Amino acid sequence: MALMDLYSRRRRRNTIVLALSFGATAAGLGWLTLILGSLVWESFRGFSLDVFTHMTPPPGAAGGGLLNPIVGSLIMTTLGVAVGTPIGILAGTYMAEYGRYAHVTKVVRFINDILLSAPSIVIGLFIYEMVVYPMGHFSGFAGGLALAVLVIPVVVRTTEDMLMLVPKELREASAALGTPRAKIIWNVSYRAARAGIVTGILLAVARISGETAPLLFTALNNQFFSLDLNQPMASLPAVIFQFALSPYQDWQRLAWVGAMIITFAVLALSITARALAGSRKPS
Amino acid sequence: MADMALSDANIAESAWMSRAKALSRLRITDKAFFQITRAAAYFVLLLLGAIIVSLIIGGWPALKEFGFSFLVSQSWNPVTEKFGALAPIYGTVVTSLIAMLIAVPLGLLITLFLTELCPMWLRRPISIAIELLAGIPSIIYGIWGLFVFAPFLQRTLQPFLIDLFGNVPVLSTLFAGPPYGIGVLTSGLILAIMVLPFITSISRDVFEAVPPMLKEAAYGLGFTTWEVVRYVVLPYARVGVIGGVMLALGRALGETMAVTFVIGNAHKVSSSLLAPGTTISATIANEFTEAVGDLYTSSLIALGLLLFCITFIVLAIARYMLMRIERRIG
Repeated sequence: MALMDLYSRRRRRNTIVLALSFGATAAGLGWLTLILGSLVWESFRGFSLDVFTHMTPPPGAAGGGLLNPIVGSLIMTTLGVAVGTPIGILAGTYMAEYGRYAHVTKVVRFINDILLSAPSIVIGLFIYEMVVYPMGHFSGFAGGLALAVLVIPVVVRTTEDMLMLVPKELREASAALGTPRAKIIWNVSYRAARAGIVTGILLAVARISGETAPLLFTALNNQFFSLDLNQPMASLPAVIFQFALSPYQDWQRLAWVGAMIITFAVLALSITARALAGSRKPS
Repeated sequence: MADMALSDANIAESAWMSRAKALSRLRITDKAFFQITRAAAYFVLLLLGAIIVSLIIGGWPALKEFGFSFLVSQSWNPVTEKFGALAPIYGTVVTSLIAMLIAVPLGLLITLFLTELCPMWLRRPISIAIELLAGIPSIIYGIWGLFVFAPFLQRTLQPFLIDLFGNVPVLSTLFAGPPYGIGVLTSGLILAIMVLPFITSISRDVFEAVPPMLKEAAYGLGFTTWEVVRYVVLPYARVGVIGGVMLALGRALGETMAVTFVIGNAHKVSSSLLAPGTTISATIANEFTEAVGDLYTSSLIALGLLLFCITFIVLAIARYMLMRIERRIG
């Protein structure tokens, strides 16, 4: 009798936990649909082609768009990737090719992993101290550099992982032909790991294109259209931050539209990256 | 004839010369490339060093002025230039704690579903969907939290909690005050959603690394699914799960934009979870560009240094744990 009790108690506990795990998964998926759903719903009302062709409006004025922040975001993201990617790829190359067994590689990997999840607002403070303060003013250039600091750890990590996956027989075969090390890396390793490295760059772009915190006190914001890297520059996330917290309805509506543009750009990028990486798991 | 032999020798000579030239060129590029890549690797180390040094230099005036009381003082007064970090520290810790209390069980339950219950063909889509939560930029969580989630909590969950715990001794102070919608609890809940995918994806990796033989043996003994997870999978995967949780904690501590939108930015330590508060990152994001005076700016940078130190320690522990489990899985 006691045995039957124990048995049914175990079964009951099992059922409860399994039901909870169903519920947890449903809650997780529910949250995702809720967030994406309200994003689409809220931005639908404010969406028009003007968003891509007009400047940010002054407070209280109807209409207007997000042209200057979109262009600003594109410029600073490009700058960030252009500066961060080469450094990241080269560092990853050292870790996987030359210094695979070196002590410094372990240290760099550890530090890089920490930089990977370091709070981005601290990176903003860092660039403020290094670039903005000495220069005496906020600039798009500083914003791009802050983003570059965020790009580097992502690219280092994926480059190293992907180069590690290149079979060593490929390298040995080319070394047996007398190919110098640098040529092996350029013509064999990079070529074999190309899809993976591109994935890493895409993931980095996805990461930085939604970043707000490091831009707040590096690039600041700009109400006007500006291509000058030496001047404060508008960016989508900063404009969303400013507009969403404002009391003006038109601004809030534009903030939602901007939020939708960013989200779908980022999701498209990360899905492309996943597809590129195929069955390999991105880190 | 002799001429031809001579020219042959010449050709051989010049071929040899060009060969030597090519070889030395290759040797130089080889060396150069090696040096460049090594410099890039060291640059990553340098970057971390530079971040720490620049934060220390920037925050030094404030640290010198206030000393240890910077950590324990609650006052944050730009007019009298008295700054203390207690309220932001408290807010950071409490919001992250709430996030972990919710996200860890939820994340593990989702992992249990994904690894033990879910049919094979559904596993990939569901785990990708959960991981998409990590891909959504934090500012989106912020705007969603401010306009959708906070009003919803204000109407439903918060009045409910106030009524429910109104007469319970300790809990009534935790859930006291009017339902603002925004506040510490709301920030914690949003953080929970944001870090959920980190916990799920890492614990899924370590759950799947448990040797099937162990699980099958336990099932063979008549274990229920829950018992297999509780007594076989979790003990085996413990280190990895803790690593994942620490990684998520590191994220939660440093998260800026989502929290800035919904925390309310009140520089006070309040016993109620429903009251507005502030966190380190939210304080910096809100006040840095408006800070006048060197001491104000410096105090904010000192806050940044503090945040960086806390997250550094948490993340270092996380990486150490994950390295241990990686070595074991091999």
